[in-house]
Parts: sequence; structure tokens; C-alpha cells
Amino acid sequence: MRVLGIETSCDETGVALYDTDEGLLADALYSQIAMHAEFGGVVPELASRDHTRKLLPLIQQVMDDANVTASDIDAITYTAGPGLVGALMVGASTAHGLARAWRVPVLGVHHMEGHLLAPMLEDDAPEFPFVALLVSGGHTQLVAVRGLGEYELLGESVDDAAGEAFDKAAKMLELPYPGGPQIAKLAEEGDPKRYRFPRPMTDRPGLDFSFSGLKTHTMVTLKKAKASGEMDEQHRADIARAFEEAVVDTLVIKCRRALDKTGLKRLVVAGGVSANTRLRERLSLELTKRNARAYYPRGCFCTDNGAMIAYVGAQRLNAGEQDTGPMRAVPRWPLDSLVPPKSSGI
Amino acid sequence: MTTLLAIDASSSACSVALWQDGVVTAERCEAPRQHTQLMMPMIEALLARADVALNDLDALAYGHGPGSFTGLRIAAGTIQGLAFGLNCPVIGVSTLKALALQAHRHHHARFVLPMLDARMGELYTGAYRVMTRSDGELNIEQVLPEQVCAPGLLELPTDLREHDWLAIGSGLVMHDELPEVLRASLAQRLPEPQPDAEDMVMLAAQAFARGEAVPAVEAQPVYLRNEVAWR
Repeated sequence: MRVLGIETSCDETGVALYDTDEGLLADALYSQIAMHAEFGGVVPELASRDHTRKLLPLIQQVMDDANVTASDIDAITYTAGPGLVGALMVGASTAHGLARAWRVPVLGVHHMEGHLLAPMLEDDAPEFPFVALLVSGGHTQLVAVRGLGEYELLGESVDDAAGEAFDKAAKMLELPYPGGPQIAKLAEEGDPKRYRFPRPMTDRPGLDFSFSGLKTHTMVTLKKAKASGEMDEQHRADIARAFEEAVVDTLVIKCRRALDKTGLKRLVVAGGVSANTRLRERLSLELTKRNARAYYPRGCFCTDNGAMIAYVGAQRLNAGEQDTGPMRAVPRWPLDSLVPPKSSGI
Repeated sequence: MTTLLAIDASSSACSVALWQDGVVTAERCEAPRQHTQLMMPMIEALLARADVALNDLDALAYGHGPGSFTGLRIAAGTIQGLAFGLNCPVIGVSTLKALALQAHRHHHARFVLPMLDARMGELYTGAYRVMTRSDGELNIEQVLPEQVCAPGLLELPTDLREHDWLAIGSGLVMHDELPEVLRASLAQRLPEPQPDAEDMVMLAAQAFARGEAVPAVEAQPVYLRNEVAWR
């Protein structure tokens, strides 16, 4: 089955073609990051406007790249949520219009399920079951994945997502948006011994995260440094380093606990923050010690993309699932409410 | 035989209309925030009622705005998907122009000032002179550019002020803020009517005949308000 996947849940327009026999045939992405950078964060109205401009050209590009015509495509899938509702509606309405015109099935899928299963697009894909750490600007979650649609939420952030904390700390350090890669770069020059920031919620059992206190701690440290008049480039780097160490350490501690709790040996790490080098190094050290393994999607599939949506949609459509009603755009949609594919029309 | 479909989601209503060589069938539903639920089923029901297949359509029209940003994108997205899939051209229709035609068709108005509530104390507006020629053809001339503006700044073209104007649309909630000289030109005020696909399909038929249909990718909203983010 050959499936066209459409992703428009936030600030990237992604389109891909996935074939259940041949694998990924083509994918294309348009990132709006540069546009939103001017405003220091995603502006939902601008994001929606851009999706409306970019979606059809990307669909055409993917079809051209894969050298397929409309009659070669068996189904359409799109991100139905969670995400920015106005942005979701662009993908949902176009997908349903296209499916009606082509007379093919259409299915709205869960954005985070796409991230969870993104490593399945790699040659060296993990087998079920595994633990997944989803860590991005919008989410920080630990999930036990036992099969397609069998997800148990082990823990999540009670306030800011890890990526959001990175962005906010970057703003305090007067670094450009998006802040994650910028902090990581600055932190390379930092002295890890100058400061030690707290590791929130690691002093008690449980798998939930909290990053807003770390943000406050960063601000207070910065203010003190500025007040003492000893703020220079090295000092900024030291603060960035302490911040990054604290976030990475917290994530690693919770991953370790999640593997202990579930007894699983495979860890999938996905979402924008999974591109962080220090996190990858620390995790692989930790996992090697316990004879476990980490799996990452390739770099471009760590962040939002159409390929993961096409993949998840293809699995579910192939199992007979499809939208029987109108288009769906669901801004809030808990991951653990998903169920394995069920055939429609019963 | 020319067959056209028009859809509109620019207001709290959702409407669809079909043109078959001058015969118009239409459906309309007052349904705030339910456009995603209603649009496709309404299209399908209308086509089924007229026994028209999607493949029979020569062009797809949509209310391109101004209006609710989200609604405009639902209509544009649906039309983009349908038109791209059918390899069929598209026609964007102004919601203000559609209101002007509505005022002419239902109230025989010749000078129409459509105005929509743009929120933030502003109006989406423009002005039209509408005539039905002796051969039955409609002639719609825009006499004031479409714009988003504060009601107090709105002016009619000087040479047309003496005519009896009909003001139509949700923007009339700001009637009292319009300049006195403009209010003096308004012979009639209809705050209730909303843009409707029925008028749009007629305007689309004219545009189609003039060869103005464009490829699906050009099915874009016309927001008028482009200052939507602040640094």
C-alpha cells in the first residue's frame, strides 16, 4: 500500500510517500523556523498561513521525486493532532479534499505516535517492546511501547517541555531562536565545574519531569552574575553548560528509571531535543553499562516531518482503519488514549 | 455545459452552491465553528442532489475572504485538495463582492457598501456599483478598493456620495463610528446578511467565462489584514 502523509501540526510543513513493501519513497519538508525566529517563537497565525501556501507544492514535489502519479497512491494520511488547531486544519482539509477527489481512504493520525515510531523508518529499526523518550519543544514524555497503538505513559513534564526550557534559557542568554542548538554550542566552551544546577524531581521516585524551576534558577544565576559585574562570554558559556548538564542529567536519570521499571532493554529517543549531542553521549554510556541500546531516528526525522506520519498512517490504513466521518483537527489528544488499529465501518 | 461548485466558510455560516449553465442550487447552514464537520458532507449532499459527479466540475470556487482566518483556510484547503486531485482549476471570490451581489439580488441595490466586522475596532470593506444590464447580465464594478480600516476613516468616492447606498454585513455594528458624511449616504442598512456561496457561484461563472480560473496551488485566502504578529 502506497500512502501520502501530510504533517502541518506546528511550524513545519512535511509531506512524504511511504510504501508498505518498498519503504520510504520520497519526503519533503518546508521549515518556517526563520520566519518565526523574528518573533522569538512560533506565531500560530503565521504558521497556518504558511502551511496553506506550501502544502500543495510539497505534495507535487514528493510525487515528482518518487516518480508517481495520482493513480499510484492508495491512501492519504495526515496529522489530526495534537498541535496548533489552525495549522492542523490546513492539513486535514487538504487531505480530505484530495482523498475525495482521488477516491481513496484517508486517516488522521496522532503526531506523537509518528515521533514514537520514526525509528521504524531506519534499516536498523527497534523491535517491540521498547521505552520511548519523546523530547521536543512541545513534549517531554516517557512511554512504554508494546506494539502499534499500545502505549503506556510512564511519565511526562508537569510544566515546560525540555525543548521549551532550552528555548527560554537561550532567550535569557540572548541567543537566537530556536535556542537548543545555540545553547549546546555555547555550552561546549563552558566549564562544567563552575555551577551545578538542580536536577528537578530526581530526588524522589517517579518518572515525571519539571523544567520550569530550572528556568528560574538560570535566570537568578544570570542576574547574580550580572550584578557582580563579572559577566563575560566565558561566564555565559559556563551557565549554558550548567543548564545543559542539568537537563541532560535529568533526562538520563529518568530514562534509567523507566528501563528499570519496565525491565526493557531498548530505548527510542525522538523529538527535536534528541539531536542534542551531549544527551546522546550520556545515554549511550548509560545504556552500554546495562547492556541496553538506544535507537534514534536519522537527524531530519528527529524534528517534525511527513515521513513519520506517512509511516504511522500506512500501518493503520493497511490494517483497515480510516476516517469514516469528517476531517479531524484535535489540538489536545492524549497519546495513551490510542488503541491498536481497528477496521472501520463495522 | 458549464458546471461549477462554490464553497464558503468565511463567516459563522457554511454554504455551498452549484452552477449548471445558469441554474443554481445551494445549501446553507448557520454553524459557528463547525465548518470542518460540515463542509465536505454538504458538498457531497449537494452534488448527489443534483446528480453531479466531482469529475463533471469545470472549476471550483471558494470565498477567498476577507473573513474568519480559520474559515478561509478551511475553504482554501478543501478546494486545494479537491482541485489538485481532480486536476481542475480554481476561482477565488471576494466575500465583500458576494455581499454586494446579494444586496443587489435581494434588495435591488445599485450602490452597495459591504462591511464585515474585522474585530480590533476595524472593518473589512469596499464599495461596489451593481447593475443588471438589459440582456440580464450582471455588471459589478468596484468603486473603492477592498481594505481593512477603522470605521472613522472610511470615505466613499466623492462623485458617488449623492447616490442612495445600501450598507450590508456584520461591520454595521460599528455604524455609529462611521463618519457623519458617510452615514448620510446610507439609505438602507442590513446588518444580518452574511457572505453566501450562492452569490459566489454566480460571480465565479462570470470569472470562468472571462478565463480567470487558475491552478489549484493558487487557491489562497485574501486576508486583507496582514499585521498579525508583533515583535
